[in-house]
Amino acid sequence: MTTTFASVPTIDQVTVEERAASFTKRSIKTSAKLAGLKMAVSMIDLTTLEGKDTPGRVAYLCRKALQPAEPKYDVPSCAAVCVYPNLVRHARRFLGERSAVKIASVATGFPSGQYPLRTKLEETRRAAGDGAEEIDMVIDRGAFLAGEHRKMFDEIAAVKAACGDSHLKVILETGELVTYDNVRLASQIAMEAGADFIKTSTGKVQPAATMPVTLVMLEAIRDYFFATGLRIGMKPAGGIRTAKQSLAYLVMVKETLGDDWLTPDLFRIGASTLLNDVLMQIAKTADGNYQGADYFSIS
Amino acid sequence: MKTAITVKKKNGLALKPALLARPVTPVKKRRLEFGRRWDYAPAPETVPVKIDPRHELFIDGKFTAPRSGQYFDSINPATEAKLCEIARGDGQDVDRAVAAARRAFENVWSRAPGRERGKYLYRVARILQEKARELAVLESMDGGKPIKESRDFDVPMAAAHFFYHAGWADKLEYAFPGRKPRPLGVAGQIIPWNFPLLMAAWKIAPALACGNTVVLKPSKSTSITALRLAQIFQEAGLPDGVLNVVTGDAATGTALYTHPDVNKVAFTGSTEVGKIIARACAGTGKKLTLELGGKAANIILEDAPIDQAIEGVVSGIYFNQGHVCCAGSRLLVQEGIYDTVIHKLRNRIQTLRVGDPLDKNTDVGAINSCAQLEKIRELVRCGQEEGAEVEQSSCALPSKGYWFPPTFLTSVTMSHRVAREEIFGPVLSVMTFRTPEEALERANNTPYGLSAGVWTDKGSKIFKMVGKLRAGVVWANSYNKFDPASPFGGYKESGFGREGGAHGLSAYVQLT
Repeated sequence: MTTTFASVPTIDQVTVEERAASFTKRSIKTSAKLAGLKMAVSMIDLTTLEGKDTPGRVAYLCRKALQPAEPKYDVPSCAAVCVYPNLVRHARRFLGERSAVKIASVATGFPSGQYPLRTKLEETRRAAGDGAEEIDMVIDRGAFLAGEHRKMFDEIAAVKAACGDSHLKVILETGELVTYDNVRLASQIAMEAGADFIKTSTGKVQPAATMPVTLVMLEAIRDYFFATGLRIGMKPAGGIRTAKQSLAYLVMVKETLGDDWLTPDLFRIGASTLLNDVLMQIAKTADGNYQGADYFSIS
Repeated sequence: MKTAITVKKKNGLALKPALLARPVTPVKKRRLEFGRRWDYAPAPETVPVKIDPRHELFIDGKFTAPRSGQYFDSINPATEAKLCEIARGDGQDVDRAVAAARRAFENVWSRAPGRERGKYLYRVARILQEKARELAVLESMDGGKPIKESRDFDVPMAAAHFFYHAGWADKLEYAFPGRKPRPLGVAGQIIPWNFPLLMAAWKIAPALACGNTVVLKPSKSTSITALRLAQIFQEAGLPDGVLNVVTGDAATGTALYTHPDVNKVAFTGSTEVGKIIARACAGTGKKLTLELGGKAANIILEDAPIDQAIEGVVSGIYFNQGHVCCAGSRLLVQEGIYDTVIHKLRNRIQTLRVGDPLDKNTDVGAINSCAQLEKIRELVRCGQEEGAEVEQSSCALPSKGYWFPPTFLTSVTMSHRVAREEIFGPVLSVMTFRTPEEALERANNTPYGLSAGVWTDKGSKIFKMVGKLRAGVVWANSYNKFDPASPFGGYKESGFGREGGAHGLSAYVQLT
């Protein structure tokens, strides 16, 4: 099958990697650093996606997302918790009906996506029905790589319909798409099919989020905005572990898409270990010295 | 400046209505907002530097007062504050310097084995690396360029040129198989103000590697780092007279290139001065290389990776405030993607941070001098009068110092002055073309021929175009990439001779 999306711009690998690296050279200090770190916390989808997840583990996660640090540090809550579909109702129970922290659920045969559409839709409906306000679906990479872009498009559109009022994040699993041209094209298809967010990775495949891949997706979002006026969100996930990295991503968002995207409504970071590194930096900025890891609660 | 922006749905951005999963509600304003939220705090480079209030000439291994006793002020273009005084060398100072260079050539340097010369050059390269931060700060204070560039480009590249040529010093015979290279003698080198330390390194390193000695004349507005380099030579223990630095103005330069005991003249600067030097050197037996102006075309074809091409355009013209002889100052865009490119460029220049050169987040620094700022203003004014439309970054400019915002001009035709003359500032002239053949014709339609850029996803097009562009350096899907191993130089009024690589060595030897 030939693609109907063949005319998206191509990507030059060398220059896009160079441009992505240039954002890490920004020197973010003092007040800008503190503001950036707090913003990063407010954009984190605090994630646990393991076979061994239990309601108890999710309770830890929800509590941590609601109040990441001692009140004296004035740290906002995280944007969301991200869990498997079976744990959504537990998360809802711990967070209550009206929570500042949203519930995101992976779905559609996460992480591989190699399941029938029927079960993918059922999964999506159930997760949304259990209280997931955000659905993180995976695309059918097999279909994409086989050139069946229409199939990928239709599946995303169907999942979007199954989401009801829940927001849809579409995971491209860029580590399996490999080339930037593929990432650019898959981004375009996902946005046209109805994605509210596009997301890099499941976290189960290496490499997960990288700065150049994220930049390619941000540029796709920019072109889509120029063409339609619609603002699509971006979520790099996996591999962002340090406060410094998170600031570099924020710089990239700010300088690629502008200030309007510097909000949890349009930018998220999917991470599990990042939060405490950011908190450590916030505490250091406030107290003037580093504290040991034991002073920060794990989730 | 226009603010309303419309995007034609081109280049794959057009939506295919059949595929839409939801209705599109078009909004009027599709411009990105930069700057309100989360602004970066100042991040000044803090390494302390000491600038002597008075800088002397460097002759025969010693810092020495000019015979005339005259000095001129060196100004920080970002603040208009006086940095220090620089000695004004005259003809007699040049005489002393050339005599010292001659003695060093005859008695020491031309006789030293290649590995011995290489040893000194390696030492200089290492000291440059050790003092990198200090040199970067000095370069930014003296010339107005952002610390990001002096730190990441000028200083490391200067060291790289010494390393590279140190490696050649004992291998010259292999550079010219079957022939014997001999040094020329005393090289008189005159360098510009846009990359003061780097141009000094670029000129001195090959000259010394090949066994010549040097009298260097830095530009009047940027002498400090060349003199700091002279200190480094002292520290590295180079024999007296191998390098001499005579600061001053145009008269000092004239005394140098007309000096009868100079064997080789190397000049980087304006085409106007280059022509004068060429006339003066004609018939004297002096070997000459000229690296002069440019008006490079950066060509974006329809199938180019557009977002990356925009980055190349930005680095091509706004790098070092556009004070770059190989700057991509003419942008040639294929008509089908013109609106897309302009729209993206307009948004992109808003993110360039203009201001304090010593702030690590500054992308575009100060214009090098008041005179240069006037020249840029004059040419942009002329462009407007001839019918060009001016698009500028809306950034705030500091109240003191010499500043010009990142600018591009549209509705430019090939006969506009801004399409033909070198502006040497952050000003890009945008024009269109319909076919690759037309792009080539327009790109080559200039008296200059230093550099060019081609952006396309198709390799075969790159090779086809590169072969037909009359420019010394052609970058494909990149711009402003440098390496000491890669020869650099121009066609036509951009000069002759090559610098860097094995080609660059041949300018400093006679072959027998």
